[in-house]
Amino acid sequence: MALKIVKGSIDRMFDKNLQDLVRGIRNHKEDEAKYISTCIDEIKQELKQDNIAVKANAVCKLTYLQMLGYDVSWAAFNIVEVMSSSKFTYKRIGYLAASQCFHESTDVIMLTTNQIRKDLSSPNQYDTGVALTGLSCFVTPDLARDLANDIMTLMSHTKPYIRKKAVLIMYKVFLKYPESLRPAFPRLKEKLEDPDPGVQSAAVNVICELARRNPKNYLSLAPLFFKLMTSSTNNWVLIKIIKLFGALTPLEPRLGKKLIEPLTNLIHSTSAMSLLYECVNTVIAVLISLSSGMPNHSASIQLCVQKLRILIEDSDQNLKYLGLLAMSKILKTHPKSVQSHKDLILQCLDDKDESIRLRALDLLYGMVSKKNLMEIVKKLMLHVDKAEGTTYRDELLTKIIDICSQSNYQYITNFEWYISILVELTRLEGTRHGHLIASQMLDVAIRVKAIRAFAVAQMATLLDNAHLLTGNTQRNGICEVLYAAAWICGEFSEHLEDPLSTLEAMLRPKVATLPGHIQAVYVQNAAKLFATVLRGQEGAPADRTVAQETSQLLIDRLPLFVQSANLEVQERASCILQLVKYIQKLQQKDVEVAEEVTALFAGELNPVAPKAQKKVPVPEGLDLDAWINEPPSESESEDEGRKPKGKAVFAKEESKHTKPRYTEVDEKELAKRREVRKAEQANNPFYIKASPSSQKVYQDGVGVEHIPVVQIDLSVPLKVPGMPMSDQYVKLEEERRQKDKADKKKKDKKKRREKGEKGRRRKGDSGPESEEDITPAHMVDITTEEMPENALPSDDDEKDPNDPHKALDIDLDKPLADSEKKLPVRTHRPDEVLRSPVDDGEGVEVVPELKKKSGKEKKDKKKDKDRKKSKEEKKKKKHKHEEGENLMGAGSEVPVQSEDSNEVAAPPPATTTNEASDLDFWLSNAPVPSNPQEAAKVSEAPSASTPEAVSGMAVVPPDSEPEEAKDTEPEDTSSKHKKKKQKKEKEEKEKKKKKKHHHHHHHSDGAGDESVQNGNVEEEEPLPPMSNYALLAENSYIKMMCDIQGNLQDGSQVVVSVIFENKCDSFIKAMEFNVLDSLNSKLQRPEGAGPHDGLTVPFQLPPGISNEARFVFSVQSIVMPQKLKGTLTFIVKTDDSSTHEKLDFKLHFTCTSYLITTPCYSDAYAKLLESGDLKGSSLKLEGVSQPFHHLLARICFHHHFSVVERIGSCASMYSRSIQGHHVCLLVKTADQTVSIDAKCDEPGLLGNVLDEIKLTFSQC
Amino acid sequence: MIKAILIFNNHGKPRLSKFYEHYSEDTEQQIIRETFHLVSKRDENVCNFLEGGMLIGGSENELIYRHYATLYFVFCVDSSESELGILDLIQVFVETLDKCFENVCELDLIFHVDKVHNILAEMVMGGMVLETNMNEIITQVDAQNKMEKSEAGIAGAPARAVSAVKNMNLPEMPRNINIGDISIKVPNLPSFK
Repeated sequence: MALKIVKGSIDRMFDKNLQDLVRGIRNHKEDEAKYISTCIDEIKQELKQDNIAVKANAVCKLTYLQMLGYDVSWAAFNIVEVMSSSKFTYKRIGYLAASQCFHESTDVIMLTTNQIRKDLSSPNQYDTGVALTGLSCFVTPDLARDLANDIMTLMSHTKPYIRKKAVLIMYKVFLKYPESLRPAFPRLKEKLEDPDPGVQSAAVNVICELARRNPKNYLSLAPLFFKLMTSSTNNWVLIKIIKLFGALTPLEPRLGKKLIEPLTNLIHSTSAMSLLYECVNTVIAVLISLSSGMPNHSASIQLCVQKLRILIEDSDQNLKYLGLLAMSKILKTHPKSVQSHKDLILQCLDDKDESIRLRALDLLYGMVSKKNLMEIVKKLMLHVDKAEGTTYRDELLTKIIDICSQSNYQYITNFEWYISILVELTRLEGTRHGHLIASQMLDVAIRVKAIRAFAVAQMATLLDNAHLLTGNTQRNGICEVLYAAAWICGEFSEHLEDPLSTLEAMLRPKVATLPGHIQAVYVQNAAKLFATVLRGQEGAPADRTVAQETSQLLIDRLPLFVQSANLEVQERASCILQLVKYIQKLQQKDVEVAEEVTALFAGELNPVAPKAQKKVPVPEGLDLDAWINEPPSESESEDEGRKPKGKAVFAKEESKHTKPRYTEVDEKELAKRREVRKAEQANNPFYIKASPSSQKVYQDGVGVEHIPVVQIDLSVPLKVPGMPMSDQYVKLEEERRQKDKADKKKKDKKKRREKGEKGRRRKGDSGPESEEDITPAHMVDITTEEMPENALPSDDDEKDPNDPHKALDIDLDKPLADSEKKLPVRTHRPDEVLRSPVDDGEGVEVVPELKKKSGKEKKDKKKDKDRKKSKEEKKKKKHKHEEGENLMGAGSEVPVQSEDSNEVAAPPPATTTNEASDLDFWLSNAPVPSNPQEAAKVSEAPSASTPEAVSGMAVVPPDSEPEEAKDTEPEDTSSKHKKKKQKKEKEEKEKKKKKKHHHHHHHSDGAGDESVQNGNVEEEEPLPPMSNYALLAENSYIKMMCDIQGNLQDGSQVVVSVIFENKCDSFIKAMEFNVLDSLNSKLQRPEGAGPHDGLTVPFQLPPGISNEARFVFSVQSIVMPQKLKGTLTFIVKTDDSSTHEKLDFKLHFTCTSYLITTPCYSDAYAKLLESGDLKGSSLKLEGVSQPFHHLLARICFHHHFSVVERIGSCASMYSRSIQGHHVCLLVKTADQTVSIDAKCDEPGLLGNVLDEIKLTFSQC
Repeated sequence: MIKAILIFNNHGKPRLSKFYEHYSEDTEQQIIRETFHLVSKRDENVCNFLEGGMLIGGSENELIYRHYATLYFVFCVDSSESELGILDLIQVFVETLDKCFENVCELDLIFHVDKVHNILAEMVMGGMVLETNMNEIITQVDAQNKMEKSEAGIAGAPARAVSAVKNMNLPEMPRNINIGDISIKVPNLPSFK
C-alpha cells in the first residue's frame, strides 16, 4: 500500500505544479496565451484522473489562472471534489478555489451543502476554519438557510479561533437569509462580551456592519457599546464602536451628550492617530446632531478643530488628507470655527498632492461668504491658469461654479463680476464642462433680471468671437457656451446695442461646423433677432432699407442651414426661411410687419423648480395603483390557488366589489370627471393652456426699470475678450465697499427704506447678520423658481430598492415569537422542515418536526410575513399566559432540539416599550460632574467623573440567562438578575421606575438599577431593593461605600469601587487611600510607588457630593475570604482653616467577590456535571419565607450566579470564579426549606461561598 | 467592509486578487487594470487614499494602498472602515508575509500565491477584518502548515525533493528584489494592538 502511494507520488512529481506553471508562463512571455491553453489542456487531463492529489494540484493551478483572468467555472465540479477530500491540504486548495470562483449562480454549489456541514462539525478546528473562510466568499441564500443553525452552534464553540470566524460569517448569513437575524441576534449580542478579544472584535464588527445600514434597530445596544467603549483597549474595537456611535447619534441626541465626555477623554489620551481621528469624527457627528449653541460644546468644537489643524499641518499626507476631510464635516454646522483657518486651507491648494487639493476645494466651498467670495474665486482662477490641461482643472472649474452658485447665489454681491468669471472660464482649453458654464449663464441671465443687459452685451461679444472657441475641434467641449450665448442674445435681444451685427455673427458660415443642437438654437434666435431689428428700424422710415437688407441677409444665409443634416436645424431653418421670404414681400409693399413678427416670440419663460413635477400632490380620490381595467383572469385564479382560506377570502371579496366601480361608468360620472379635470388643469402650472393670457407674471411683479441700480463706475473696457476682467471687479468692489462705509451714515435713513423693499423682493438672499452691511452692487432680483401651488413640502429621496440591507431592517427588540425561536433545521432539501403559514398565523402549537413545507409555499410565507408578525405580536400580548403554557409543553422537547439547534437563543421577552424606556433611562442619566474642576480632572479618572454612566455599565448583563430561562419557563423572568451598583440617587430612580410600571425587565444592558426592581410576571410583587454597595466606613466628614468585583480579563485581579460621599459642609481634598497589603492580596500601586504608599483619589469633594473611584487589587489565592485593613486620609478645608483627618476601614474580600456572572447553556452545564471533576457539598436553609424567584434573584444578585434552567421550584445555577473554577448549584425549595446542592472543582471555595449564601439569607 | 484586496506590481501584473463580491473574470481584470491606472500615476509622496474606480463602485468606495518597492497593496473599502486602520492592516499583512516567507520579495508572491491567500484568510474573512494581531496570525498559519506537512508524510518527501531540485537551477530567483524597507511610513503602528 505504502509502496503504491510512493509510486504514485513519483509519477506525480514530474507533473507540473503551481511553481512550474508560473515559471513556464514567465518563460513564454511572447506566446503566453498559447502556453496557457496547452496548460489548461494538461489540467483537464489531470482532472480526469482518480488520484485526488493530482486533482488538487490541477485545481491549485486553476486558481492561479483564474487570477490571470481565465474563466475556470467549467472545473467547478472538480473543485467540489477536491473540497471534499479528507486531507486538510487538499481541502484547503479546494475551498480556496471555490472562494475565488464560485458565486450565486454556480449550480454545483448546492452539492456542497452536506460537505460543508460535515466540515463545520469536524473535530479538526482548521477543517472548520477553512470551510468557514470559504463559505464566507460564496454563501448563497440556500446555503445560508441550510447552514445557519450549524454556524450558530459554532458561535459557542470552545475554540475562540472558530468562534470568531463563526461570528463574522453570520453577517453574510444575515444578508443572504434575513430570517435568521432575529433568532441569531441574542447570541451575537452575547459575543460582544466574549472573554476572547478576537471574538469580541468580530462581534463588534458584525453588529457595526448591521447597524450602519439600519441604525435605529440597534439603538438599544448603545449602553452595551458604551460600556465596551469605556473598557476596551483594543483600538480596532474602539474604532468600530466609535464609528457606530457616529451613526447612532443622529437618531438620539441624548446619546451624543453622553458620548462627548468619554470621547474627549480619548482624544486627549490616545496616541493612535487612527483612533484620534475617529473620535474627532464622531464628536463632530454628535455636535451636528445636537442643537448647537450650547456653551460647553464650543469647547469640544474648538478641540476638534485644533486637533484637525495639527493633522493638517502634519507632514504625513495621509493625516493631512483626513484632517481636511473631517474639517469639511465641521464646516457644515459650525462654519465660523473653520473659517478662521482659511489660511491653512488655501495653503493646501498649493499642495503637490491632487487628492489634498480636491479636499481643500471642498472646504472652500463651505467657507465663502459675501466678504471673501471674490478673493477666494480670484485665487482659484489663478490655480485654473496654472493647472492647464488636467482633470484637476476641470475639477477647479466645477468648484468655482459650485461655490458661486451655492444656495441660490447667496454670496454673490455683483453679478457682473460673476458673468465675467463665466466668460473667462470659456477660455479654458479642452474642458468638458462647457455645458455647465452654459447652464450657469442661462440661469443667471434668466433669473437675475437686472443683469440681462450686461449679460447680453457679454454674450454678443462671445458670439462675435466664436471663432476663438470653435477654432480647434479639440476644444468643442467649450462651444456649448455658444448655445447659451445665442439663446440669451435672442431672448433678451431688446438689450442688444447692435442687434444687426450680432445677427450677422450668428449667421456666419462657420456656424455650420457647430454641433446640431447649437445650430438649431442659432437659427431660432436669429429669427428673434430679426424681429428685434425690424422693430428697431420701423420707427424711422428712412432706414427701411436696413430692414430690407436684414431680410436679404437672412434669405442669403439661411439656405446653408436648410441643407443641414441635422433634422432640427433643417426644419427650423426652412420654416424661418419661408417666413422671412414672406416678410420680405410685405416689406416691399411697405407694410408694417414688425409688430406681427415680434408677436411670434412674445412672452417670457419662467424657471421651474427642478423638483416641481414630483411635488404635485396626487389628487384626492385618485388611486394610482388601482387597476384601470380588470387584470387578466388567469392571475385571479392563481390568487385563488395560492391563498387557500382565511385572509384570502377578504382579499377576493374586495376585488369583486371594485369591479363594477371601474367598468360601469355612466355619463354623469364622465361629465363630473371632466369638470374635475378642467379645474385641475386650471390650477396646474404645467398644463399648457390655450389662452395666451395665461402667461405667468413674476412673483414680485417688480419690473426691471423699478430696481434701484447703484451706480458703478464701469470704466473698464468690458468688451475686450482677451483680458481677465473679473480682477477689476475685485478692486472695484473694495473701493465700493469703502465708499459705502463712508456714505453709510448719510444714507442711513434712505437705506432702511430700501432694505425693506429688498427684503420683500429677494427670497434667496439671507446672509448672516454680520454681512448685512455689504450691500450688493446690483439690487438683483433673483427670481424664485416656480412650484406647483399645492406642492408637498416633503423631500423624500427614495432608498435603493435593491439594497440587500433593506431586508435586514428588522426590529430586534421585539420578543421572539415562539415559532421564531428556532431556525429551521433541515437534513435534505426534499423534506425541508418549515413552518406552514397556517401554523404561523395561529401561533399556537408549534412543533417544529411537524412543519413541512415545499419551496413554493415558502414564497407565500414571505409575503404573509408582515401580516403574520403583527398578528403574532398581538397574540403574544393577549395570551401571554397561554404562551407560557405552550412553552412549558415545548420545554419537554428541549433536550431533543438542543442537539442540532443548540437550545436556540432567544432574546429576552421584554416588550419594545420596556426596551425603549430602558434606553431612555440610561440616556437620561446624564453625567453630572459636580463642578467644573472635577470636569477638568476627567482625563485622569474618566470613570470617576461619570459614576452613573460607568458604574451602570460595569456589570456584565448575563443576557443569555433570560433566554435560557425563557426556553423552559417564561414566567421565571425575575430570576435572572445581576448585581448592580447602587447610586446615590437610587431612591429617586426607584420611584421613577415604579411609576413606569416596569414589570419584567429582562433586558437591561446596564440600565442602572435594574436589579433594584426585579419585578416579575407572576405576582407583580417587587423585590426589595438590593445593593452590592456595602458600607465600608463612615465618620462625620465622609462616608465610604464599596463594591468588590472580580476582573474578568485578569484572573488575579479584583476591582474595588468605592463611593466617597462628603457629609460635612466643607471641602474635602487630598484624599489618600491606603491598604495594608497581606501576603495574598496587594493593592496595585503605580510604578515607582513604595509598598506602603497610599493612592491619591483622583478627585476632590465639594460639600454634599459623592464620587466613585476604583482600586485594583491583585490576589493570589481566591479560595479563602480575606480582610484587609486600610486607612483613608484627607484634608477638610473650611473657609479659614484646614485639618487633616483620617478614617480607618476594613475591606472584606468575600469568596463571592471572586465569582463572575457567566452565562452557561444547559447542555454545557450537563456536560460539566457529568465530567465528574466537581466535588459536591450541600446546604439547608430553614424558615425562608420569600418566594422562590426572589430567592433566586438574591443568589444571582449577591453571589453573581446565573440561572441555567428552572423547572418548578427547582433551579440550576452557574457561576465561575476569576480563576476559572466552575461553581454549580441546584436549588430546591419546599415549605420554607431551601436546600442547595452545590458542586465545584475547588471544595474550599465552595464551602466559603455556601457560608456566604447562608449569611445572606440569615440577614434578611 | 473590504470589497477587494489587490496586489500588483509596478507594471500592473496581478500578484494576488481577492474580491469579496462577485465579478466576472473579465470585470475583475478590468478592475485590476483600472485600479493600477489610478494608483500608479500617483507620486510617491502623496496620500494613500483615493476614490475607487468606476467599476468597483465609484465614490462609495475608497482605495487605500501602500507601495512597497515593486508591489502595490491595494484595499478597496467602503465607508465603514477606518482609513488609518486599514493602512495599519496593510502593514500588518506585509510584515506577516515578511515573517512567513523570511524576508519576502515579489518572487515569493509570484510562486506562492496560494500561501499568500492562506495568510490573508487568517486576517480578513468575507470582507471583514478577522485578526490584526500578527503573532496570532502567524501561529494559525504555522499550525496549518504543520498539519499539511504531517499529512504529506513520506509521500510528500520525493515531491519536495524534486521541487527543490527544480528550484536549484533558477538563476531567475534572485532574493534581492526585496519588498524593501517595510518600516517606512508607519505613523500609527506601535500604538495598535
